[in-house]
Amino acid sequence: MSDNASRMPLAAPVRELGRAGLFLLTAFSRMRFGPRQLAEILRQVYFAGVRSLVIIVISGFFVGLVLTLQTYDTLTRFGAADAVSTVLALSLFRELGPVLAALLFAGRAGTSITAEIGLMRATEQLDALDLMAIDPMERIVQPRLLAGMIALPALVLVFNLTAIVGGIFFAVFLMGSDPIMFWANMQSSVELVRDFGGGMLKAVFFGFVAAWLAVWFGWSARPTSEGVALATTQTVIATSISVLVLDFILSAFML
Amino acid sequence: MTEFSAIAISLRGVTVRLGGRTVLEHLDLDIPAGRVTAVLGPSGAGKTTILRLVTGQLKPDSGEVWIGETRVDRLGSKALGRLRRDIGVLLQNGALFTDLTSFDNVALPLREHTRLPESLIRRLVLMKLEMVGLRGAADLYPAELSGGMKRRVATARAMALDPGIMIYDEPFAGLDPISLGVSLRLIRDINGALGTTSLVITHDVREIARLAEHACIIADRRLIAKGTPQQLTESDNPLVHQFMRGEPDGPVPFHYPADDLAEQLLGRGERA
Repeated sequence: MSDNASRMPLAAPVRELGRAGLFLLTAFSRMRFGPRQLAEILRQVYFAGVRSLVIIVISGFFVGLVLTLQTYDTLTRFGAADAVSTVLALSLFRELGPVLAALLFAGRAGTSITAEIGLMRATEQLDALDLMAIDPMERIVQPRLLAGMIALPALVLVFNLTAIVGGIFFAVFLMGSDPIMFWANMQSSVELVRDFGGGMLKAVFFGFVAAWLAVWFGWSARPTSEGVALATTQTVIATSISVLVLDFILSAFML
Repeated sequence: MTEFSAIAISLRGVTVRLGGRTVLEHLDLDIPAGRVTAVLGPSGAGKTTILRLVTGQLKPDSGEVWIGETRVDRLGSKALGRLRRDIGVLLQNGALFTDLTSFDNVALPLREHTRLPESLIRRLVLMKLEMVGLRGAADLYPAELSGGMKRRVATARAMALDPGIMIYDEPFAGLDPISLGVSLRLIRDINGALGTTSLVITHDVREIARLAEHACIIADRRLIAKGTPQQLTESDNPLVHQFMRGEPDGPVPFHYPADDLAEQLLGRGERA
């Protein structure tokens, strides 16, 4: 059996996915919400979310700048420069906001979650919890999973906001577009539920996947320096690919 | 062997296989209540496996593990949780939570398992820290403590719920002579003051003579000797003799099994 399985090229990743899935089921099946648990979730939202703000704000601003620069240049050729705010807002809300923020989140918060849990394993802290009759799933895994689902949508909001500020800065202050037209076009073209809501829904999914993978790779890391280093890399790779694949699937369903 | 009135922990015919390797085979082991017992043995002999059996982290492939009247290897996760509250474990490097201060580390089991008011928890934690001599380090984080101090804070944490059984996993490894002396005194004090059953898992033969009333040696997957440290030192069993005197060669060979040296050097070996 195992010989056959190991010869199949996809056996290892499928087995890993199965283990990660079981891990997730265990985490959710033991879900508990006490005051202490909520405090820990808030603490993790701070670590994953608030601590990621700088990278999100800077990246958001520059993405807004460059996106407006490119579309402004292209649209001007067709005499449609007024539509720049529409393109900016729709591409941000639907795609770029959730996807880019999720990729940044994986690099900033995901890696630190993986490294933290991997090192907790290596330094026997998870064992110590277990021996003190404190469930590490409840104490370590659950708050981080839920924090990811809360923090990433909030970060996407901030990302979108700063990107629009970047767009206004370029179009209005540098190119001299009419600010009222810029704003009015954006308002009339964005649908709250479909465009904005759809993007936020994506953000919840991405936050969940990013946190799940980060926690899983940390949890299953070999308890050595190499093991933790490898797990951190795997988190970034697996989250990036999953977010992009999932983005396509979700977009296909939403359109 | 000295006669003891009660047995706190008992392993009956325990066999453990890990990753295809037999770590323990038909092991019988009794740990007397209220005393300091040392489990000795060379590295990799399965000493830590005994810790994991007693705490229920590992189930034996066959055999029984008893703590008092409770059969540990049959417990479900809830009952196991209750049992573990009565067992304090000091892991090798303390395993303190690095994001919590010494105070919060010691307070964690109290906050988690009791409904005591914070003012009482504060007093209990300070008392535990006082017992290990580190009340002054209550606000320090583990990164600010030396190796020996970390283990003392971890000892205070393990004692937080006043467990009936304390297990120390390699408590002397890598300690300087002063910290080592402190550790020895601490284990003796905890045992003396609280009447705790203490199980010290170690390979430090010399320290055991100063600490334990009862010792057993695990080697070659089984119990090879038990008795007072004095009796073990005088044993004529060659393996016990080698271990107690720290001789580099004997029944446990100095060399890891290998092909014939001459053949390998002359290039006739398989891997040449």
